[in-house]
Amino acid sequence: MNGSIQEDTHRTVERVARESYGRLVAYLSSHTRDVASAEDALSNALLAALTAWPRNGVPQNPEAWLLTTARHSLIDLMRHQQVALASEPTLLLLGEDSTEMILSPEFPDERLKLLFVCAHPAIDPAMHTPLMLQTVLGLDAVRIAHAFLVSPKTMGQRLVRSKTKIRDGGIQFEVPQERELAQRLDAVLEAIYAAFGIGWDDMAGVDQRGRDLAEEAIWLGRVLLELMPGEAEVRGLLALMLHCEARRPARRGPDGRFVPLLEQDSRQWSQPMIEEAEQHLAQAPSRGRTGRFQLEAAIQSVHAERARSGRTEWAAIALFYEQLIRISPTLGTRTGYAAAVGEANGPEAGLAALDGIDPDDVSAYQPYWAVRAHLLQRLGKTAEAAAAFDRAIGLAEDPAVRQFLLQRRG
Amino acid sequence: MQFALMIYHSPEEFAIRKNDYNDPHLGAWRAYYKALVEAGVYVGANALEVPETGTTVRLREGKRTVQDGPFAETKEQLAGFIILELPSVDAALEWAARCPGASISAVEVRPLAPEAMRRGFTG
Repeated sequence: MNGSIQEDTHRTVERVARESYGRLVAYLSSHTRDVASAEDALSNALLAALTAWPRNGVPQNPEAWLLTTARHSLIDLMRHQQVALASEPTLLLLGEDSTEMILSPEFPDERLKLLFVCAHPAIDPAMHTPLMLQTVLGLDAVRIAHAFLVSPKTMGQRLVRSKTKIRDGGIQFEVPQERELAQRLDAVLEAIYAAFGIGWDDMAGVDQRGRDLAEEAIWLGRVLLELMPGEAEVRGLLALMLHCEARRPARRGPDGRFVPLLEQDSRQWSQPMIEEAEQHLAQAPSRGRTGRFQLEAAIQSVHAERARSGRTEWAAIALFYEQLIRISPTLGTRTGYAAAVGEANGPEAGLAALDGIDPDDVSAYQPYWAVRAHLLQRLGKTAEAAAAFDRAIGLAEDPAVRQFLLQRRG
Repeated sequence: MQFALMIYHSPEEFAIRKNDYNDPHLGAWRAYYKALVEAGVYVGANALEVPETGTTVRLREGKRTVQDGPFAETKEQLAGFIILELPSVDAALEWAARCPGASISAVEVRPLAPEAMRRGFTG
């Protein structure tokens, strides 16, 4: 009986931690800019909850309880460190009104500021996503390290360094002004999408870790939409992630075999997720030029159409890619364009598009070689196709993809 | 910077590999090798015979001891190594993840000692 109460409490703490982590870290650090101390204080509070709540019951407002406890801990921490004395009055002030504020609807949600801080131009772009995953969602450094293919020790050090930079580098907790908003928002969206991409690549259905990271990214996308409901690109990103996520069950055969998009059974796609994605796309207000994420979501929307029509409108996809290249001529976009043109206008046209990419840029870029191999094979150029397949196989990380390509290579 | 990618195998994997060169992963290894060379990062590589063929020699107080088998008696043993020239450990980990050895067993990435030190050994 006692054990089950403890288990219940444990689950409550976990749930509150998940839902409130980012809100509390953002609120606690927005005045001091000291994210690391805010996180330390919050973990102390979560530890305290694990002892206090089974004994005294879960408080009526767990978030307020955590904030009060974390605030005490933060003041102790700061006194102990003998640093940032100047911010102590702010902290004390924070302490007096926090409980009332958090109970009232006016309790400020500072997560948006925290997201912009994580993706600040002064922070190493490679650290934008890890910082977000840690400070907004509370993921630990080891898990982030696995996902980013970095040693846990190194990831820990990089996170600490980034947080020191936030504290000492004069980075303000603020939502950027209109004139720089677009660019700064793009960095936030990019960081969320990077988390999704890692989750997506990480062997669907096999590796629970990867699956979780894609879900975390969608969660971040929802948080952002809640905070910026008027931004079209925020809806675009969420639509894009939902469209991709909808196909997860179809990406692997029952035996774990890799199934390419065109061969997926569209009945296995999640219709509710596709519908939600479509709603976001439809609601994205179109002011001026359509943004990158809306275009990428539109491409996925065309693919999703196959569930209804039974065919893929490649010409429409190629057209969206053309617009996308104008905004963001990345390797991924250009390779995607070549693949679409190859389907719409034939393999020669696709190869011509691939030949327009600088060979130095693709020496370690797997999708380029997979598309090239596919197009050459369709043209019956067996030897050239085999060489391209080898490159694609050698650069593949996912054993299921490797196996698939080995079979196609023949 | 140069990095060693050290590939470790379990006895079962060594047994599969030894089996008349019918290694089911041969195609993947060949493709990986080509990708490394084409990307311009390949320095050298080699595979080792099975651990039972190893002999370990020690000299203690002028006395020789010779032991059958590999130096360390662990389940997984060094099966081969690849030396790569890369800008950073991050890049080395990326190549390690693509290595067929990573999904078959495990790959350890370690930087080679600094060149000055290596030159000290070779004179």
